[in-house]
Amino acid sequence: MADLSHYLILSAILFTIGVLGVLVRRNAIVVFMSIEIMLNAVNISLIGFDRYMNQQDGQIFSFMVMCVAAAEVSVGLAIVISMFRNKPTVNLDEFNILKW
Amino acid sequence: MELLIFYPIAILCVILALGVVFNKSPINSAICLIGMMLGLAGIFAITQAHFIAILQIIIYAGAIMVLFMFVIMLLNLKSDAEEWRSRQRNTFLSVTTGFLMLGALYKIIDVILETDFNAPAKVPDTFGTAASVGESLFTDFVLPFEVASVLLLAAMVGAVVLAKTKLD
Repeated sequence: MADLSHYLILSAILFTIGVLGVLVRRNAIVVFMSIEIMLNAVNISLIGFDRYMNQQDGQIFSFMVMCVAAAEVSVGLAIVISMFRNKPTVNLDEFNILKW
Repeated sequence: MELLIFYPIAILCVILALGVVFNKSPINSAICLIGMMLGLAGIFAITQAHFIAILQIIIYAGAIMVLFMFVIMLLNLKSDAEEWRSRQRNTFLSVTTGFLMLGALYKIIDVILETDFNAPAKVPDTFGTAASVGESLFTDFVLPFEVASVLLLAAMVGAVVLAKTKLD
């Protein structure tokens, strides 16, 4: 295995790219993809630490992260579809229906 | 030796992740994301987490990305594919956020490089195989496993209800 620091740096870079995507993009689906990038970056850290400390608990945690990601994506895309039905766009700037 | 494999995959992953963020059409973003997931599966395989690498391919590159593709094609976002630009006027808040993000990244890398990680431990042969991961999944972590199943059920029911044609 390469040094742990390689994994952590890759994880940090990918997480920052994910945050950038969430902040910059206005397309709701691309924002969801950026969230997936962030979750994957966390998985890299978990797996790297896991191998470094010679334990398997991190793999279970990343398994749970995958479960949560699957749930989040299915519900989120359903929300996107139902919002698209109200107003035919996925541009996040035009959605202010929670504002009062 | 593994660095020869690690560096190309890592650079490819970073480039594809940037491609997700900066692509114009969402379908190209989705394709870049699939490539990134496959690259990350390779990185997991280098780390000897073989089971997680397979799960990464099946769950992320298979199931979740099919869902993304499906929704993109369902919504027919071609009209949305024209030019996305970042904001014309950069407010004080956005500039500050960018600097804070870069600073946080710099600080994280700085701390990581300064810390002395000793050589990783020698792991047994069964490390990361489906059998050993499954064993700890069904002994020590059986409660989180059940909670995850309930979570997936709730998400499934919620998605069906949310995407129904008429809510009355």
